[in-house]
Amino acid sequence: MIDAFSILWSDLTALKRRWPRYLLTTLMSPLLYLMAFGWGLGRGIDMNGTSYLDFVIPGIIALTAMTTSFNGAGTRLNVDRLYFKSFDECLMAPVELPSILLGKALIGVVRGILSSVAFLLVAFLIARHIHITLPFVLGLLLSCLTFAFLGVLAALLARSHEDMATFGSLILMPMTFLGGTFFSVSQVPFGLKMALYALPLTHSSLFLRAAALDQPLPWSSFLVLFLFFLLFLGGGMMALRRMSV
Amino acid sequence: MSSMIEISGLKKEYSRKKVVDNLNLEVGRGELFGFLGPNGAGKTTTIRILTTLTKPSSGRVFINGIDVAKDPSRVKSEFGVVQQHLSLNRDLTIGENLELHARLHHLQSRERKERIAELLDYVGLSDHSDQLIDSVSGGMKRRAMIARALIHRPKLLFLDEPTVGLDAQTRRRVWDLIRRMNLEGSTVFLTTHYIEEAEALCQRVGILHHGRLMALGSPLELRQRLGMVAVEMQGEACGTTYRYFPDRSSASRFIQDLPGSERVVMRESNLEDVFIELTGEKVMGD
Repeated sequence: MIDAFSILWSDLTALKRRWPRYLLTTLMSPLLYLMAFGWGLGRGIDMNGTSYLDFVIPGIIALTAMTTSFNGAGTRLNVDRLYFKSFDECLMAPVELPSILLGKALIGVVRGILSSVAFLLVAFLIARHIHITLPFVLGLLLSCLTFAFLGVLAALLARSHEDMATFGSLILMPMTFLGGTFFSVSQVPFGLKMALYALPLTHSSLFLRAAALDQPLPWSSFLVLFLFFLLFLGGGMMALRRMSV
Repeated sequence: MSSMIEISGLKKEYSRKKVVDNLNLEVGRGELFGFLGPNGAGKTTTIRILTTLTKPSSGRVFINGIDVAKDPSRVKSEFGVVQQHLSLNRDLTIGENLELHARLHHLQSRERKERIAELLDYVGLSDHSDQLIDSVSGGMKRRAMIARALIHRPKLLFLDEPTVGLDAQTRRRVWDLIRRMNLEGSTVFLTTHYIEEAEALCQRVGILHHGRLMALGSPLELRQRLGMVAVEMQGEACGTTYRYFPDRSSASRFIQDLPGSERVVMRESNLEDVFIELTGEKVMGD
């Protein structure tokens, strides 16, 4: 376990050197979504007694957790593994594979939480009914863990940098717009609704929204998200085992 | 057991192409051994198998008596590796790269600091510890990689093309480091496609071609088997041809009997000659 933190230490040391630039770049997308959908398209829309701005902010936090955790862990690992080859140094060190997997995922979790908290601080200035509760923190942490391990899995399976870009276009991009971030999943037709419930971001959005708006908590979504976390963790472990002796 | 490395029947195939073909080899403790061969000969694949990065198709490898396939975790503490490509973390300084490696090899905080300072001094980088990797020269990066590989005091050091891309002066400096490490007791296994590097450094050389070990012995033994003196004959009809002789007097007698139309050069043979005779190709390619 301590080896995972050694791997995290190196990534944190690198992050410390450029955190202002990192925060600025990762906040750009959620702030643009907030302006375009929250203030622009959604102004005046009422979502069952909740303003659209209050409705969309938890969804954008889920989205931010997804993209920054995925990229923070996955893109970096992909470059380290295929371009710089520095990942080989971890594989040749006397470190257990689960520690390597966790170490590489943890930087995604840290980046996801940093970006989500930074966005929340901005959102607090304009949204009046967002509450930070223990379930919200748990939901955010689980979301970051789930998507960080998805990033690690994708990076371990990718055979080129293009593979990572393809994964982003085919999986992350549709999830961004269909994962219950900008609209209520309950309003779509049954068949599509079932498809949307198969996306981890949908459950992340549902749980974080309910927790932030003090609504009854959908624990089933928390459980499904946890199952996705286990699936990506197991997949990552299998991929890592396959590539090492 | 006296061997540091024991390889038997090692094979590696990619899409039915044999990259390492039935390799059998022993490297003794304290030896400075070199694999000589052109790019694509299977040198790096062999090192990747020995260092647990690649699974062999078949065969067995023991390092310091430990089966690499059965106990990879244990064997990883036995060796240090300097890879051919720059595998340092470019977001970290030289010192931080060493620190990460020391942490992964479970050195305690105090020991880490002492060992890093000692190794930076050893490779002449004490004044550059706080510099980011991208801001230092290629030679410094290579020396930083050597320092990193030594941090956990490995008994065996793998160097994959350790001087590729370095200028002549820096190359000599790295050679001095390699000799020093070997004199201090480390077994060194290096790969190179530079003839002069194999001749200058290695006590024994294995010549690898298309994954097969073509010859094995000290540079002197390999040259003696071929002939210590080479005669190059540059004719107009069939280009340059070579003949090898055990000594200068027999080479001289041969030259005296040649027709005068050919341009003839007599010189000492080298490992390049050995390689060409064995494979029909040049080590560096055409």
